[in-house]
Amino acid sequence: MPAIAEKNVRWVKHPKLSLAEQIYLPTIAQGMVTTISHLVKTLTGTNSIQTQQYPEQKPSLPPHYRGVHRLNRDEQGRVKCVSCYMCSTACPANCIDIVAAPSPWPDREKYPELFVIDELRCIYCGMCEQACPVDAIELTTIFDLTGMSREDMMFDKEKLLSVFDQTVAMGTDPVRTKGGRLSVAAEPAGSGLTTSSSAQS
Amino acid sequence: MLFDLIPFSFLVTIVTIGIVFGAVLTAVGYSTLLERKVSAWVQDRVGPNRTGFDLGQPWLSFLKGFFGLGQPLADGVKFLLKEDVVPGHVDRVFYFLAPMIAVGTALLAMAVVSFGDTPVAPVLHSSSEGGLKAQRMFPATKTELAAMKNGTNIQEVRDGAKSYESLTTIKFAIAPNVDIGFLFVFAVGGLAVYGIVLGGWSSNNKYSLLGSLRSSAQVISYEIPMGLSVLGVLVMVGSLNLERIVDWQARHGWLVAYQPLACLLFLISIFAECNRLPFDLPECEQELVGGYHTEYSSMKFALFFLGEYTHMITTSFLMAALFLGGWNLPFVTDALKAVPEGFPDFGYLICCAVKAAIFCGKMGFIIGLFMVVRWTILRFKFNQLMSLAWKAMMPLGVLSLVGVAASRQFIEPDYAKLIFQFLWSFASLLLVGVASLMLPGEPQRVPVNLLRGRAPSASSSPELSAKAW
Repeated sequence: MPAIAEKNVRWVKHPKLSLAEQIYLPTIAQGMVTTISHLVKTLTGTNSIQTQQYPEQKPSLPPHYRGVHRLNRDEQGRVKCVSCYMCSTACPANCIDIVAAPSPWPDREKYPELFVIDELRCIYCGMCEQACPVDAIELTTIFDLTGMSREDMMFDKEKLLSVFDQTVAMGTDPVRTKGGRLSVAAEPAGSGLTTSSSAQS
Repeated sequence: MLFDLIPFSFLVTIVTIGIVFGAVLTAVGYSTLLERKVSAWVQDRVGPNRTGFDLGQPWLSFLKGFFGLGQPLADGVKFLLKEDVVPGHVDRVFYFLAPMIAVGTALLAMAVVSFGDTPVAPVLHSSSEGGLKAQRMFPATKTELAAMKNGTNIQEVRDGAKSYESLTTIKFAIAPNVDIGFLFVFAVGGLAVYGIVLGGWSSNNKYSLLGSLRSSAQVISYEIPMGLSVLGVLVMVGSLNLERIVDWQARHGWLVAYQPLACLLFLISIFAECNRLPFDLPECEQELVGGYHTEYSSMKFALFFLGEYTHMITTSFLMAALFLGGWNLPFVTDALKAVPEGFPDFGYLICCAVKAAIFCGKMGFIIGLFMVVRWTILRFKFNQLMSLAWKAMMPLGVLSLVGVAASRQFIEPDYAKLIFQFLWSFASLLLVGVASLMLPGEPQRVPVNLLRGRAPSASSSPELSAKAW
């Protein structure tokens, strides 16, 4: 039993070569002209080299890049998070650890007393920010994350908030940010639904 | 005294070996860097530009990242410090021997190759070129006896030998004036393939074995056109001695002009000999992982690399000496002829340096050609390589040899030889090209699983039924 039915087999003939192609040398010379012209262009700097000189020259990443997390602040500088555990529930890598406490502020019930993300365990899938009802957690364009120890890579609340400050200062807000406002869950009842639906559409 | 027991020439030779090996190994290191740089430039990239020397001096700070000049050193240190993995299933004797053969033969071939103006050994009887030469080392050699028989004074013979042996001239070769010259290089270069074959065989790995099999297929393909192409040089010059060949070219003109076809064949053959693209089948990364050196790691792998690049340098020097006139460069070396020979003279030193620079420049040109061709031509399959070598290069080699012999025998002035050779080469190239178009092509190779148990019907593939079955 043949592996392929005969009607599906198409025999392709070798292309007929001209004399110049058969002797090889003229075509090789043609190829050498192309090669050397690229060489000369690069050496004289007349063609644009796409190489980025990385440590000096940072790449400009698209705003939807999924890098290091940040915890957003609201207008008053408080942490936006309401400790609903949606992100840690959604997280496929189980890298988010939250300890909730009664909120000191009147506009929400809970706030995170501890909020720790293990950046080494995280797979940067972005499901936490999709799950977040108040847009408190977001992934930024910071990609060159390093640390000297595993403990260094456990980002706590202060660290995550400082990432927010850093990215705001750099002007590289992620694309999903809704202008720093507290969103649905924290907004007064009634106006929340419309805002949320318009923001998601 | 112990020191008196050691001949001074022995010490000179040891020092020369040290200098030459140091220079060659440095050149190998920097040609790997150049290879990477040229690859990058051809592909519109930058190439290594970070590794440099940080000497802690502010005025030397430009060396830090200048051109990636520290890269060869960094590579070497890395190779030395890496873990040397010896797989459990290898044939340990040959496995350890193979890289040594690869490097040893490549360096050995360098021994007779000159890289500057080395004086030609004196000829005693001027009646015929390549006649009796002054022999040295022994008090009464056969030559001296023969010379005495012929009525030459033996003291004259010895004086001639001494003045040649004297240290007032620089000899740009470890073993200058070897009479078997390039025959030695080919013999040793042919041995270099054993490094690859043994490496692949002893690795006990299918990829490596395929790589070394291809290398064997390659060596039986290119060695014959290579031999045929240099036979023309032998016919023209009448000597295998590299210094004599260069000297002949100094007087008559470069051999590339006399034998363009042979030069081309030799160039193609050294591409195959050095395992360079388009003939790098033994280490074809796409199909064979790493080819013959798949199972090698750390310094043993680096030794294969070292051997390959040393081989490139050696064959480039050889090509420069055989066809490109060695240290000759029209007008430049003609102007240097008036400079007296002899060590203490400052002009002589400059003269030597210029000639060595010309020779090395030609070598560098060929290395550059190696690297540019690498990014121009695709790799041949090994059946294509063999059919190229046997169906095209061999006939061309024979035709070229016939042309050289004819021009040597029947055509007198040099310029007539040049014209004849040019026309002859062009005609033979066309002839072989037309002939290979007329010849029947290779039979179509049939995938077995397609046709198991039956012959293909004539309707689906007419040429298949006609040729392959």
